[in-house]
This record gives sequence, C-alpha cells and structure tokens, in this order.
Amino acid sequence: MSTDTAPKRNEPASPEEKDEPGPFETLGRGLRLSPELRSGLAFTLVLAAITSVGRLVVPVSAQKVLDNGLFGPGGPNVEYVLGVTAVGVGILAITTTSNYLMNKRLFIVTETALANLRRRTFRHIHDLSMLHQQSERRGSLTARVTTDIDTVSQFLQQGGMQIVTSLAQIVVATVVMAVYSWQLALAVWIVFVPVSLLIKWLQKHLANAYSNVRKSVAAMLSAVSESVVGAGVVRSYGVGARTSERLDASIEEHRHNQARAIRRSAFSFGAGEIVHFGVYAVVVVLGAYLVAGETMTVGQLTAFLFLVTLFIQPIVTATEMLNEAQNAVSGWRRVLDILDTEPDVADPADGTDLPDGPIGARFENVRFAYPGGEEVLHGIDVEIRPHSKVAVVGETGSGKTTFAKLLTRLMDPTSGQVVLSGRPLTGVTFASLRSRVTMVPQEGFLFNGTLAHNVRFAKPEIGEAEIYVAFSELGLAEWVDGLPHGLDTELGEGGANLSVGERQLVSLVRAYVADPDLMVLDEATSAVDPATELRLSAALDAVTRGRTTVIIAHRLSTAETSDEVLVFDDGNLVQHGPHAELAAEEGSVYAGLHGSWIEQTRSA
Amino acid sequence: MTDAAVDSSILRQGLSNIGDMIKIEPKRFTVAVVGAMVNTAMQMTVAFIIGWVVSQVAVPAYENGEVGTGSVAIGVGALLGMSILRFSSMCARRIGSGTQMFQVQAHWRRKVTRRYLALPVSWHQKHPTGTLLSNANADVEAATRPLAPLPFACGTVFMLVLSMVVFFTIDWAIALVALGMFPALFTLNAVFASKMAPRAKRAQELRAAVSADGHESFDGALVVKAMGREAAETERFTVTANELRDAMIGVGRLRAAFEPLIQGLPELGTLLALLVGLTRYQAGAIGLGELVTVSFMFSILAFPVRAIGWVLGDLPTSVVGRRRVNGVLASTGDMTYGTRELEGTGPARLEFDSVAYTYADGSEALTDVSFAVEPGTTVALVGATGSGKSTLAHLAARLTDPTSGAVRFDGVDLRELTHRSLADTCALVQQVPFVFDDTVRANLSLDREGIDDARVWQALAAAGADKFVGDLEAGLDTELGERGTTLSGGQRQRLTLARALAGRPRLLVLDDATSAVDPKVESEILARLKGSADAAGVLVVAYRRATIALADEVVFLDGGRITARGTHAELLQTHRPYADLVTAYERAEAEREFDEENAA
Repeated sequence: MSTDTAPKRNEPASPEEKDEPGPFETLGRGLRLSPELRSGLAFTLVLAAITSVGRLVVPVSAQKVLDNGLFGPGGPNVEYVLGVTAVGVGILAITTTSNYLMNKRLFIVTETALANLRRRTFRHIHDLSMLHQQSERRGSLTARVTTDIDTVSQFLQQGGMQIVTSLAQIVVATVVMAVYSWQLALAVWIVFVPVSLLIKWLQKHLANAYSNVRKSVAAMLSAVSESVVGAGVVRSYGVGARTSERLDASIEEHRHNQARAIRRSAFSFGAGEIVHFGVYAVVVVLGAYLVAGETMTVGQLTAFLFLVTLFIQPIVTATEMLNEAQNAVSGWRRVLDILDTEPDVADPADGTDLPDGPIGARFENVRFAYPGGEEVLHGIDVEIRPHSKVAVVGETGSGKTTFAKLLTRLMDPTSGQVVLSGRPLTGVTFASLRSRVTMVPQEGFLFNGTLAHNVRFAKPEIGEAEIYVAFSELGLAEWVDGLPHGLDTELGEGGANLSVGERQLVSLVRAYVADPDLMVLDEATSAVDPATELRLSAALDAVTRGRTTVIIAHRLSTAETSDEVLVFDDGNLVQHGPHAELAAEEGSVYAGLHGSWIEQTRSA
Repeated sequence: MTDAAVDSSILRQGLSNIGDMIKIEPKRFTVAVVGAMVNTAMQMTVAFIIGWVVSQVAVPAYENGEVGTGSVAIGVGALLGMSILRFSSMCARRIGSGTQMFQVQAHWRRKVTRRYLALPVSWHQKHPTGTLLSNANADVEAATRPLAPLPFACGTVFMLVLSMVVFFTIDWAIALVALGMFPALFTLNAVFASKMAPRAKRAQELRAAVSADGHESFDGALVVKAMGREAAETERFTVTANELRDAMIGVGRLRAAFEPLIQGLPELGTLLALLVGLTRYQAGAIGLGELVTVSFMFSILAFPVRAIGWVLGDLPTSVVGRRRVNGVLASTGDMTYGTRELEGTGPARLEFDSVAYTYADGSEALTDVSFAVEPGTTVALVGATGSGKSTLAHLAARLTDPTSGAVRFDGVDLRELTHRSLADTCALVQQVPFVFDDTVRANLSLDREGIDDARVWQALAAAGADKFVGDLEAGLDTELGERGTTLSGGQRQRLTLARALAGRPRLLVLDDATSAVDPKVESEILARLKGSADAAGVLVVAYRRATIALADEVVFLDGGRITARGTHAELLQTHRPYADLVTAYERAEAEREFDEENAA
C-alpha cells in the first residue's frame, strides 16, 4: 500500500521502455537544459587545444636535441640546444597561461550553470503535485538539488575537462607520431583499438556497480534520517539496538557496494596499464627495424617513446574519468528525470484569475481515487455559498481531507470538476488561486527561525507590529507575551520548541495574515485546548466578515456554529444543511455523530 | 592567529587525522602503500629500459643498419614482465586505498550514528536533521578524502627519494637540477594547500547550508504549496545556492592558478635536464642512455608528484569534516542509565516528587510538580496549550530529566533504572506519531521479545486499528513507507498506540495521542484500555471531556504548576479555570442559545 499512492505515470509503461537513456543522450539533454554550459565552449576548447600542445614540448624538444643538437652535422651543438630550450620554455609559458584561463572559465561557467540548474530543480520539485512529492523520500528529493548536482559539477570541472584535454592530447600525439613515423603510429592504433573495446565492456560492469553505490547511499541516508527524526520513539521503546543494527546493515551494504565498484574500477584501469607496456614493446621492436632501415632517426624513436606515454596516459585518464562520468551521468539523469516530470497538478498556461470578491465553490460529480487505489470520493455534488462558514464532518477515512485537498487544488479529481466563483479550478492561475485560497493543514509545518519569521512566510512585507496585531486579533497576544523572546523566539527545526498545539496556533495566524478569501482549515486546531480553540474560532468569525471558511472538524462545536454542515460517510456526502436541521434528522449519520459528541463533552 | 599559524595547525591536524585513520585499518593501508611503491619502482625501471633500448638497440641499429634480435627480445621481455608487475601492484594500490577509505568511512558512520542513538532527545531538538545527515555522510566523506590518494602519494615520495639517489649516481649536475625542482614543486603544492584551506571550508559549510535549506523546504512542501510560496522559497534557496556558487568559483580560481604551474614545473625541469644533460654528455660525464633515462624520469615524475598535491589539497577539507564528525562524537549530555531492574508485575506506580524543569533558555516549564499515578488508575493531565503537559509526559518516560526533584516508578528514581527496565515498564505515545519505514508488524513489534502475531493483532484491536490493518492488501506485511505518509493522521496515531500496547507496559503515557482519532473511536479505545485484563496505570494528556471523565483523578496544570487536583466532578465545582477550560464548548453553546433567544 505504501507505494500505491505513488504516481505511476512516470514509470515505464512497458519493459522495453525500461532501458535507461544512454549516457550521451543524458549529456545532450543536460547540455540543452543548461545552455550556459555551451556559452563560450568553443573558446574553452581552443584553450584546451593550446594547453594540450604544451604536453608536446618535452618529447619534441628531446627529439630536436638528440637529432640536431647531438647527432647533427656539426656534432654536439650547445647553442642549438639552448635555442630549442628557450623556445620550449616560451611555449610552456603560453600553454600554462592558457591552462589557467581554461580552468578559470570552466569553474565560472559550470558553477553558474549548475547554480541555475539547482534553482530550477528546486522550483520544479515544489511545482510537482502533493501526491508526487509524498511518493518520494524527502532525503532523495534533497539529493536532487545537492549531491546529484555536486557530482555533475565535480565531473564537469575535473573529469569532463580532462576527457576533453585527453582527447585533444590523443589527437595531437597521433599527429606528431604520424609525422615521425606513420608506420609506428598505425601500429600503436592497431594495438589500441581492441583495447578500447575491452574498456567499453568493462565500463558497462562498472556503471552497474556505481548505480548500486548510489542506491545504497540513499538507503543509508534514509536509515540515518529515521534514527534522527524518530529519536524519541527509539529512546522510549529502548529499541536503540535494533535501530543501530539496521543502521549498521545499511552502512555495511554501502561499504560493500563501494568496495565492489573500486575493484571493478581498478581492473578496468589496469587494463590500460597493460596496454601501455604492450605499446612500448611494439614500438621498440618496430622502431628498431625502422631505425635500422633509416626511415626513422634515433631522436624520433626517443621522442616516440615519450609520445607513447603522452598517448596512453590520456587514454588511461579518460578511462578513469569515464568511471566518474558514470556517476555524474546517473546523477544528472536523476536531476533531468525530475525536471522532465510534468507536474500533474499544473498551473494552467492560459489560466484566468479568480474574480474579485468573496469566493463560492461548487463540486460537480467529483470523484477521486489515489493512483492505483480504490475510489475514496464517489460523485460529490455540492455548492458552498460565498461568505458562508461551512463545517465538514465525518469519521476518519470518510473523505473529509480529500474533499479539502480537492477544494484547494492540491489534487485534481479523477472525474468531475471543482468550480470556484464560476471558474473551473483547473483553469485558475496558481498566482490567483494561492493568494486567494489558503489551506491550513493539520500538521502545520514551521520553519527553523523566529516566530515572526514564520508568520512572515505568508506575507514577507508585514511588519513586526502588524504581526503582533494579528496575534492580538486572534486573542493570542498573551501567549506571545509569555514566550521567552516574544515574536523573536526561535522555534527550532519544524517548530520543535513549541508544543503541537502551539504550532497549530502559529500556522493558523500565518494563514490569517495571508488574508485569503477562501480559508480551508483541515483539523487545524485539533491539538489546541478547547478554551483556546473556541476563542480562536470566535475571533476568526469576528474578523472573517466577507470571507468563505471551510472547516474540516472532528469537534462538533465547530459544526454547531457553522452556516452549513457537510456530512461525509464512506466517500459520500450523505447530509448537508444547517446544524439544527441535520441533528434533528433521527437516525442520520450526523445525529449519531452529534449524539456521541454531546455524550463525550457532557457525560461527566 | 597569524596565517602561518593557521596553516601549520591545519597541516598538523590534517596529518594527525590521517594517522588516526591509518590506525583504524592499518593492513589495507600497508597493502596499498607497498603496491604504490612497487608500482613507482616499476615505472622508474621503465626509464632505464627506455634508456637502454635507445642506446643498446636503436643506436646500434642506426649505426649498423641491422637490428640485434637478442637485444630486442630482452627489451620486449623486460617490458612485458614489467607490465604484469605494474598491473598487480596498481590493483593492490587502488583496491587497497579504496577499501581502506570505505572501511574508515563505515567505521565513523557507525560511531556517529551510535552517538545519535545515545544522545538525548533534547540534543536532537537542537540539531537540524539536515546537519545530522550531513555529519554522517558528507562530513565523513570529507574527513576520509585524503585516504584515496595517500598511498599513491607515499609511493611518490619513495620514488622521489629513489630518483634522487639515481640522479646522484648518474651525475651531480643533473641531480642539482632535480634538487632545485622538487623543493619548488613541494613549496608550490604547500602554498596551494594552505591558500585552499579557508575557501574549501567555506564551500563545505555552504554545501551543508544548501542541503539544510533544501531538506527543510521539501519537508514543508505542503505548506509552501498551500500558501503559494514556491517562488519565495526558490528565492531563499537561490541565495544560498548562489553563495555556494561564488565560493566554488573562488576555489576554482585558485585551482586554475596553481594547477597549471604544478603541471608545468616538471616539464620545465625536463627541459633544463636536457640542456644540462647535453653539456654533461659533451663533457663525457654521462652516456647517451643515461641522458635519455634522466630526461624520461623527469617527465614521468610530473604526474605522481600531483598525488602529493591531492593529499595536501584534501587536508583542509578533511580537517573540517573531521572536526564536525568529532563534534558529534564529543557531544555530551548522554542519558546515563542506572543498573536497577524493576521487579514487580502489574500496574506500576508513577510519582512526581517536587519536579521542576527549566528550558535551556532559562524559562521555566514546570515548577514544583508533585502527584502520583497510583497502580491501575488513570490520571488525566489537563491544562491550556503550552502549560507544560508534554514536558511532564516526556519526564514520565525519561526522555528528559527534571532540573530538580525526582520522577519514580514504584518508588525507584528513573535515573537508577536500566534502559531496558525503563522501556519495558513505561510506554509513551507521543502527540505526533512516528512510523518507521517498515511493515506494520515490524512497526508494532520493533523486534521486542515475545511479541508474536497474535499479540500484534490483540494490540491493534485494543487500539481500534485492527479493521483498517485487516483491510490492507498485505495485512501485517504491508510496507508503510517513509514516515507512514500513506496513512491518515488518525491511523498513524492508532498504530503508534498499538505499538505501545503490544509491549504490555505497566504504565502508559498518552500525550494527546488520540487527537486525530474520532471522539467516538477514542472513547471506545480508552474504555477498552481500562477494562482490559492487564490494565496499566495511565497518564493521559487530554482535552475531551469524555476522555477526562474516564480518569480517576484529574491534575490541572496552569503555567507549569499544579493548581488543582481531584476528580473531574470536584474540579468542575471548585476550580473555575478548570471549569472554564473543559466546559468551553457547553458555555459557548449556552451563550449562543441565549443570544438566539434574545434575538428572537
């Protein structure tokens, strides 16, 4: 059941679609999504090419020194060697500068692009529907905007550029080798081609191993977060040993996967080493004959032996970087997958704003089923008049909360439609909807910061005095005064420094400050004491003239003071009308609920 | 402190950190270092082989116009033999250093998470989840980062020493070039590392901040959505993300300046070696083979020397990471448990004796609270929001200790009891239900002894949760997902209540634990609790009159003090604030009726 509510639409429909997109496809998509990465790319590549020329200085100088300086016509020639060295130093100075410029550009470009990608991904995650967000682990959502993007940035700054410079080096080395001896250059390539196939094969296994590493790190983080968030439960049940066993298992699993990945990586890297020496051997044998046949000089052969390193090392480096690339590509892919996920409850492109004035609502044959689950609302038809105060009651699981979520468009109906002030909800812009319609959920989330900071969340421009007035209007001034630092009291993570009831007070004030025209309270005062709750509700009534209020309530006191009561039972709207009328209907669901409420509040 | 003092202290701390880590896994480290040394030795041997090939194969071939088959065979054989050694030593180095690093990471992760489990709940409340996640993950990784290139760097140092010996054996002039180059290279690396330290630290702090921001914002996703604050949240996140960007660009600029120099210096050295070597060759001091060997050696040294740079470069980050890890490991305030076990069976007696509790900020939550829950009775704790009820519930389950006074079970101070005995005796059901990412069964039993399926169902029934669990497709095997988000608030509360009941506690503390349960269902549950065979003592924080009415005694809290005690009926008569609180609904209705009558 836990995964049943996860939206399925992004999962592959058929097995053949299950293949993940290839690394190049992912890179292509990634580059398209971050056009900043491509800006000035050509210049960066030119710098990379110049930089890789620098690596040629030593072998070419060696060849010149040996052939012309040592075995030249006039015997050893120090002046010539001095000249070669001077030129070499000059070229090194240029290429080192270009290396500097390239790296600087690289950091600026990638960090800028990735900061933007972070921002977009962050926003996109907030734009996904509530159901979608809840189907993902919080930790893994956070990973999308942190570690996943970090691997991409690390890769682009180190690996990615090294792959580019390596390729440039391979090309340049090949050209120079071919100039010295095309036969030898050909031989080197002939040895190299089968090796590259072998490396590719090894890469596939590596990719697999790294994907397991990523999975186990996510599982480990999830275990850690559980032990931290559930610290109180772990402590009070004395199940620390069990929890640490689970933690140890996930830590060990991660370590095991890491070790397997590094072994595979070492072997595939080692393959490159073996080739290195194979190529040396080929060059020695063939080179000796070529020198004997005078198609090659001693200096050229020596330079060639240097060049082999210059040719092989980038291949080995590139191989290793390709390992990292696997990591980066899968990180990038996860980010792109999130970005590619169309929000299923989306801001309409050509939406309209809600008309000014009080908001009325209408449900037209609204049905709702959680993805892959049974239907929980069966055809609701109801009208909520502007200005009215409506209480929604029913037993747990009767569909009250679903009703509230559909009314505020946190979810869309499976069929039928919700209409606000004559506008179908799906055609109302989010900007208008969210500023005019506010829902206060039961577990109102508070941010780490001061009380004032949390209220300001709803309306950043509001001043300290106004915040205090808002608390006073709702009869909470005394409560604020009782806090150690008043409005400046730090609430702690998730409002941990407050009791649950106090957290509800704050989220209610926060919604009140937002001043919506339709306010939906989803058991928003369930943990507040009765006296405070009544004071709040009276205060709300007093200040909500002109506002439409829908209250999901399990305390029927709310229903008693409402204009209208909607009674839900097992996904159906079974009664609606004024409290007195409904309570008088003998044998009705509401009469039953009300009876037990009276019994509970008065029986003693 | 001067810059130099900071640098040297970073270096010292970094090295001592590395020392600690080697001690954790010395064997793998040794394998890796030996592998690295063999590997670099092989690389130097190649330089000799190349030198030998040029002078003994190429030159004779050039001079004679034919190839000495024997010498070619020797050269090829030597190269291939070398390749096998290179391959195995490289595997030893890489696998050794990698697995050592992973072992150390796992070791610290275990230690850090052990601390999380040992530190008190109050400590957890002061540390954001995001930070704690980062301590166990990113900071551990940062602290161990130098371990990956360390064996390679050790091999390099060995190689440098060896090559100096070789240079001196070959020729003093060439050795002088090397003597000039290597210290320069070291200095460059060291300056780089020290300049990097503060920047790396800042980047790492910002990375943690970005993570904390993201985590918090996604945790509050529903509120963000309900209030349409996506844009503002994105703005807030972007500020931190951009700071991270700027910090990373700062890191990048520094790297861009130093890395090319570190790479270019050995190349410059090679050119100098060629120049010097040639004059020495001319002077007859060295042969052609030696000239080639020496220049080749300079060129192959360039890359490994970078490994030293990597280690030095990772030091500052590792010091910061280690400091944070140590911060967790050194955190104090552990709840220490006593050695006594409670012997009795049946309901336990809970007693608060002059208990006071003061928050860290100095404000008083409870003052001089004394009362008892007699065995088998139910005491309702009533008070306005924020009057100290939850704190009292936490004290009863020893999630925290009183600032003064004592809490006792059957006359024994909770601080004298073992953790096991404490957990077996008392079960706390908190206001906000916490559900583990596991099956229904595992969530109830928590692997505690003697909780079989029959008992699980019994507990579910008592908590009024058997029906909805029975309706789940996989029944007790149903996976509940992270934090049980697929369940409604009321369902989660009933599950956590069932979890408490499954352990058959001798005392049950319900901290407004049924607030999201329908009143009817709630009173059924509570009535069942009272009537059951193994009835426990119950301390219940409640607002509902029906709940309160089931209690044998009511304790009324006002501003952290007990202002009234007695039965519900008594207090209703005698204590006005109490009556005001619990009859709020009635009075509201009466007033309304009065108003209506007047209006009519």
